[in-house]
Amino acid sequence: MERKVMPNIKMYKRHIHILWWTNRWIHIKFIARELTSICVAAYSLILLFFVKAVLTGPESYEAMMSFLVSPLAIIIHVLLLGGLLFHSITWFNLAPKAMVIKMGDKNIPGILIALANYVGWFVISILLFVLILNV
Amino acid sequence: MKRKRTIEPLFWSLFGGGGAISALFLPALLVLTGIVIPLGILSPSYEGLSSLLSPWYSRLLILGIVSLSMFHWAHRFRFTLHEGLQLHPYDKTIAVFCYGLAALVSLSAVFILFIQ
Repeated sequence: MERKVMPNIKMYKRHIHILWWTNRWIHIKFIARELTSICVAAYSLILLFFVKAVLTGPESYEAMMSFLVSPLAIIIHVLLLGGLLFHSITWFNLAPKAMVIKMGDKNIPGILIALANYVGWFVISILLFVLILNV
Repeated sequence: MKRKRTIEPLFWSLFGGGGAISALFLPALLVLTGIVIPLGILSPSYEGLSSLLSPWYSRLLILGIVSLSMFHWAHRFRFTLHEGLQLHPYDKTIAVFCYGLAALVSLSAVFILFIQ
């Protein structure tokens, strides 16, 4: 049963400036990390368009390519790459905090979990390059 | 106290899965499709790319990468707007917009990759 208690109490509201995160370096870093998600979304859309062009046919692939070779597209990709790298590094560095893996009754050291992530990243990246090299 | 069941754990899992898959796959894919191939450092033939992307498992992988990445974005962007810009009164609207956009892109991806 829900009952409203003390309906006439004025709630205390904390007022925080919308730019609260600009006064400390660690907060700026935090917001930057969160904003890498925009790069993740933007590039995954480009990837979808790229694959769509390939699946549609040679003409649409040519059209996609004529956009991708423009200096503006290259600059956008370099900027997005910066965001994606920051995302990957901060994600892998946080992985040991998000997953605690036990072996026997000891926790596996965080550095090993982070290292496993970096190795996975390296292997997947090499595999993708090898796939493209062979076509 | 009975805790209200929510859909939040689902969104958190999609965020986590998307964070991992995007961290592992996207940088290399971007370097390939956005820098190395356009600059002609590697020039795969159209036929080669087409036969690489045509099998169902390749398309499924692309769908997984795109969709999970979008849900990763949705979750992070939602809380960035919410906390960063102190938009507490609009929490619901922001959530519907972010997850809605991710769902829309995922559905379009299913259509593009498997139906079209």
